[in-house]
Amino acid sequence: MSFASQLLQYAITGVTIGSIYAMVAIGFNIIYNVTEAINFAQGEFVMLGGLVMVFLRVAVNIPVIFSLPLTIMLVTMVGILLDRLAIKPLSKPSVLAMVIATIGASFFIRGAAMMLWGKNPFDLPPFSGRNPISFLGAVVQPQGLWVVGFLLVVVVVLTLFFDRTILGKALRASAVNPSASSLVGINVKHMVLVSFALSAAIGALGGIVITPISLMEYDRGAMLAVKGFSACVLGGIGSFPGAVTGGLLIGLIESLGAGLVSSGYKDVFALLLLLLVLFVRPSGLLGNAEVSKIRKF
Amino acid sequence: MKANLSVGKGAVCLLAAVVLAIFILIPVVQVSAAEAYKVGAVFSVTGRASFLGDPEKKTAVMLQEEINKKGGINGHLLELVIYDDEGDSTKCALAVRKLISQDKVCAIIGPSLSGLSLAVLPEAEKHKIPLVSCAASYKIVTKNAETGEQWKWVFKTPQSDSMAAEAIYTHMKKHGISKVAIMSGTTGFGASGRSELLRLAPQYGITILADEKYGPKDTDMTAQLTKIKGKAPQAIVNWSIGPTQVVVVRNRQELGMSNIVLYQSHGFGSRKNIELAAGAAEGVYCPLGACNIAEVLPPAHLQKKVTMEYLKAYKAKYNEALSSFGGHAWDALAMVTKALGAVGSDKAKIRDYLENLKGYVGQHGVFNFSPKDHNGLTKEAFQMVVVKNGDWALTD
Repeated sequence: MSFASQLLQYAITGVTIGSIYAMVAIGFNIIYNVTEAINFAQGEFVMLGGLVMVFLRVAVNIPVIFSLPLTIMLVTMVGILLDRLAIKPLSKPSVLAMVIATIGASFFIRGAAMMLWGKNPFDLPPFSGRNPISFLGAVVQPQGLWVVGFLLVVVVVLTLFFDRTILGKALRASAVNPSASSLVGINVKHMVLVSFALSAAIGALGGIVITPISLMEYDRGAMLAVKGFSACVLGGIGSFPGAVTGGLLIGLIESLGAGLVSSGYKDVFALLLLLLVLFVRPSGLLGNAEVSKIRKF
Repeated sequence: MKANLSVGKGAVCLLAAVVLAIFILIPVVQVSAAEAYKVGAVFSVTGRASFLGDPEKKTAVMLQEEINKKGGINGHLLELVIYDDEGDSTKCALAVRKLISQDKVCAIIGPSLSGLSLAVLPEAEKHKIPLVSCAASYKIVTKNAETGEQWKWVFKTPQSDSMAAEAIYTHMKKHGISKVAIMSGTTGFGASGRSELLRLAPQYGITILADEKYGPKDTDMTAQLTKIKGKAPQAIVNWSIGPTQVVVVRNRQELGMSNIVLYQSHGFGSRKNIELAAGAAEGVYCPLGACNIAEVLPPAHLQKKVTMEYLKAYKAKYNEALSSFGGHAWDALAMVTKALGAVGSDKAKIRDYLENLKGYVGQHGVFNFSPKDHNGLTKEAFQMVVVKNGDWALTD
């Protein structure tokens, strides 16, 4: 295997994993933009997406075309329940209270998943076979293309949603100024609910597309949440292009670091990069300096 | 009518026998009525290591029922006191102390984890009670690594990692493999296996070309394997538990590296992993205890009978696939039971008996204990197995 094709292979792997991190980061951003809180149960949405899909696709044998939207709907319901049971009842919804509530929720969801699915990992058949595609001496897993493709879909759909729809605009408004939004008739509590639903849906999609590559088990969420959060901070918290950039960068650094330097320290490289960027630009690569000044934590 | 009569006769005979027995046994019964042999057990039944503790507990309970159904040990029933340490060292230490001081057991089996076993072995030494650990680290029984001196009161039943590494290297040597790449997960299990592989390599004339690592929850090992592919070794040894070891198998196939032989550690020993690998595990080698592969052992194999009996009984009672980890608890309790049968419930005598136990055919090997070896196994406790048509097959 020539060095050039090795490099290409690292890049392909990095982009594949990075796309998943980016999806998790986008989920963090949606909730952060509306509530200014970090949802610690974000990784659990990804885990649930994978495991619910396994149940529908493998146990019930529903074809992907139906089981995929069904899974997203079910996990979205979980996101809605999370908001209704853990976030909305908070009398003083401070950022800290919300963070604590989501930490509690993440433990609960993980425990429930362990009860339902047990501790063993599960596999999901890839959407279009397991035959790798050769490409300039490197190989691409067909499922990897699905991962990147779905990330693109998410980015396009979200951009349209926030720019073109009244609901998306209302979400942006409550992110910018909740009290002014209330004055013009936007129900901010309702917007919080929508943000949780959206995040859950995107997290679930991430879980669905990564499970055929990495398998899925009940406690995988925490690791994905940490990586997704790093991606989010690296790109600039609250920024969608930042989330995608951050995710892909962390994926690439991990993969290239593991391949070219040392696989034992690959996670360190990603964190080093994050620290370096934060020293130079506290608001992240594409983050808004104004936003980071009034951050509540 | 006739039948009734004969039943009546039988009942009378039985009654007479019972009455006679009571008369004869009265003096004995007064001494040892309800004097069951109490054995303690500490397993990680719930928590992070429940995949170890759960089958261990189930196995111990099953074995206890079997023994008591047969009338116990020389007329004494076996009483098991089982505590769950939840994989937590504080809870584990408390459980062991409780077993010693309150329950007054004569021996302890468990804990399930190496770390916990190391944490509680001073208790066993201090209170002079035999402890048979179900965890793998050689440090559990070794007091001094240089002299090979063993802890006086501590034994263990699982094979050490070094034996698995030796079994793999022996197989490689036989097949002329000398250039090897190592991959390991960054967990206790992976790190321990990696250090054994590195330590033993020179003894078997093995050159390590690459030494790659990955996290226990990593999604993809393509990068590590690509790096290995560039170095063109003859074989890869992978050492991890959980889903990552399956992902390694799949990534290797995707990268078209089937020409490089893949050896997995004994952590791969579950048919579930073959299934999850979705066909990519064909031709993968791994060293397994007899307990994992009871069905494929030849009928003449020393452990065939005992492993098959365990397999059938476990499946019948719990209706779930057998886990080889339960076998470690089987070995521990069966040997303690044997000691109780031979010398009674005196702690020191049980210890002495276990230390000199030879040729005990268990689930994971034939145990030969000695004052210099409180594990009693060699690399022969592992059979080299290859995945063939989606199942294990013996190989040499």
